[in-house]
Amino acid sequence: MTMPAISPDNVKMLPTTAAPVVAMRPKRAPRADRFLKIARATAVRVIPPLIVLALLMLFWELVCRRAGSTLPPPSKVFKDTRELIFDPFFDHGGIDKGLFWHLSASLQRVAYGYSLAAIAGIALGTLVGQSVWAMRGLDPLFQVLRTIPPLAWLPLALAAFRDGQPSAIFVIFITSIWPIIINTAVGIRNIPQDYRNVAAVVQLNPLEFFWKIMLPSAAPYIFTGLRIGVGLSWLAIIAAEMLIGGVGIGFFIWDAWNSSHISEIILALFYVGIIGFVLDRAIAGLGYLVTHGTSAN
Amino acid sequence: MKPYLKLDHIDKTFTRGNATTEVLKDINLNIARGEYVSIIGHSGCGKSTMLNIIAGLTGASIGCVLLEDREVNSPGPDRAVVFQNHSLLPWLTVYQNVQLGVDKVFAKSKSKAEREAWILHNLNLVQMTHAKDKRPSEISGGMKQRVGIARALAMEPKVLLLDEPFGALDALTRAHLQDSVMALHQKLGNTIVMITHDVDEAVLLSDRIVMMTNGPSATIGEVLDVPLTRPRKRLDLATDPLYLKCRKRVLEFLYERHRFVEAA
Ligand SMILES: Nc1ncnc2c1ncn2[C@@H]1O[C@H](COP(=O)(O)OP(=O)(O)OP(=O)(O)O)[C@@H](O)[C@H]1O
Ligand SMILES: [Mg+2]
Repeated sequence: MTMPAISPDNVKMLPTTAAPVVAMRPKRAPRADRFLKIARATAVRVIPPLIVLALLMLFWELVCRRAGSTLPPPSKVFKDTRELIFDPFFDHGGIDKGLFWHLSASLQRVAYGYSLAAIAGIALGTLVGQSVWAMRGLDPLFQVLRTIPPLAWLPLALAAFRDGQPSAIFVIFITSIWPIIINTAVGIRNIPQDYRNVAAVVQLNPLEFFWKIMLPSAAPYIFTGLRIGVGLSWLAIIAAEMLIGGVGIGFFIWDAWNSSHISEIILALFYVGIIGFVLDRAIAGLGYLVTHGTSAN
Repeated sequence: MKPYLKLDHIDKTFTRGNATTEVLKDINLNIARGEYVSIIGHSGCGKSTMLNIIAGLTGASIGCVLLEDREVNSPGPDRAVVFQNHSLLPWLTVYQNVQLGVDKVFAKSKSKAEREAWILHNLNLVQMTHAKDKRPSEISGGMKQRVGIARALAMEPKVLLLDEPFGALDALTRAHLQDSVMALHQKLGNTIVMITHDVDEAVLLSDRIVMMTNGPSATIGEVLDVPLTRPRKRLDLATDPLYLKCRKRVLEFLYERHRFVEAA
C-alpha cells in the first residue's frame, strides 16, 4: 500500500537490480488472489464435513460417557487404541500383528479375486454382448446366480478348496464378477453401428476389433461395472474373513469382539471405511483417465 | 466403354418377421474408372442402402456388384466409405483415426516411416495436419468430415463412396469442402460415388447424376450426363446455360415427375 502506483510497463523497464523489491508488488496481488480462491474452494468442501464430524463426535462422547454405557466414547477409543494407531507395523507372530498387516492381507485377497473377476467378467460380458446365442444361454443363469449372497458361496468354496485363502478369493471373485459382466455386455451391445462399419471397411480381424473398437467404445460402461465390483468385493472380504480366520481386517474385527476390545472394532471400522472409499475413488479415477475424451462425441 | 464398377440387377428386400419391404428393385449401373457419379433421390428411397451394398456392408438380395469384373460382397478398403456422420472414433486422435486404416492396408507394402509420411500426406491433402493430435470432440464438424475424407483416401480405395458427406454442414463450409473434393478428384483421379440431397452439389461435382424413383421398390429413374468441362468454377457456372439446363432437368425429375409422397 505504501508503494506508489507503478504501471506494469514501468516495472519491466526498471534495472534488474531494483527489480526484486519493486516487481514483486504487482505480481504478488494476482498470486495471492489465486491462492485465496483455492483456499476458499477447499474450505467450502472441507469445513462442512469437519463441522458435522465434530458435532457427531461430541454427541457420541456425551451419549457414551455415562456409566453403564455399552459402547466407549471417542476419547476412550483413542486412549485404548493409541498403540494400534501409532504402531501399525508390529508383528508378534500368528495373528498378533499391526493393522497394516491385517489391511494389506485383506487388500491382497481383494486384489487377487477382483483382478480375476475383472478379466473373466470383461471376457464373459463381451461374449454375452456380442453373441445373441451366448446371451440367450447365459443371461438367465447370470440373473439367478447374481442374487446369491456372497457368504452363501463360502461353505461351498471351503468344501471345494479345503483352505481359507482360495475360498476367500473365490468369494471376492464371485461377488464382484456380476456387475462387471452385466455392464460390459451392455457396453458392447451399445457400440454404434458406425464403429462396426468402420472396422468392417478397414477389415480389422476379431482380435483387433476387440482391442481397438470394443474395449474403448465400451470402456465407460466397463468402468461402471468395475467400480460397483470393487465396492462389493470390499464388502464381501470383511464378512468372509470373519468366518475363515487368519490374518485380515475381517478376522481382526471378529477377534476384537471375542476379546471384548470394542475400541479396536471401532478403529478397524474407521480404516475399512476409508479404504473402501479410496478403492472406489481409485477405480473411478482410473476410469476417468482411460475414457478421457471418449464420452464427448 | 468397359465398366469399372458394375451394379448388376440388384434387388434388396428387408425382412423382419413376416413383414417384407422391397427397397430397391432392378438396379443396373455401370461406372467407368475415374468417373464422379452422384446419386440423388428423395429421403428414404434407398440411397444409403444402395451405397452400403456397394460397400459390402449390406448384402444384396438378388444381383451382384462387380469391381474390375470381380464380385465383391464383403466390405473392404478398396471401397472406402465417408459416412454421413463422419464416424471418427472419439478415443483416437485425428492422426490415429487415419492411421487405423493405413496400418491395416499397408501393413506389408510400406515401412513404418513410409506409413507415417503417407498419413501426414493425406492429412495435408485435406489441410488437417495442424490438428493431427486433436481428438474428434475438439474439432469442428467440417474438420471432422475432412478427416473422414482423409481416412478414406489414405486407404487408396479403388472406389470412394460418399454418403451425403456435406449434409450436416453449413452452406459456407459445404461450398469449401465441395471445392476441396473437386480438387482432390482432379488431382488423384479417383472413382467416386456420392449420395446427395442437393441438386446444385450434384451438378457441380458430377460427371453423371443418377436419379432414383421413390420407394418402395425404388429404381434408377434417369441418368443425366453433365458435360461441363473441368476444372469447374462455382461462380462461372452460376450463369452457364449448360449448368442451368442440367440443374433444371434434375429439379424437374425430383419435383414434377417423382414428387415426394409422405409415407405416413
Ligand atoms: N435394416 C433395415 N431393416 C428394414 N428396413 C430398412 C433397413 N434399412 C433401411 N430400411 C428401409 O429402407 C428404406 C431406404 O432406406 P435408406 O436409408 O437407404 O434411405 P435413404 O435414401 O438413404 O434416405 P435418406 O436420404 O433419408 O438418408 C427406408 O424405407 C428404410 O425404412
Ligand atoms: Mg441415407
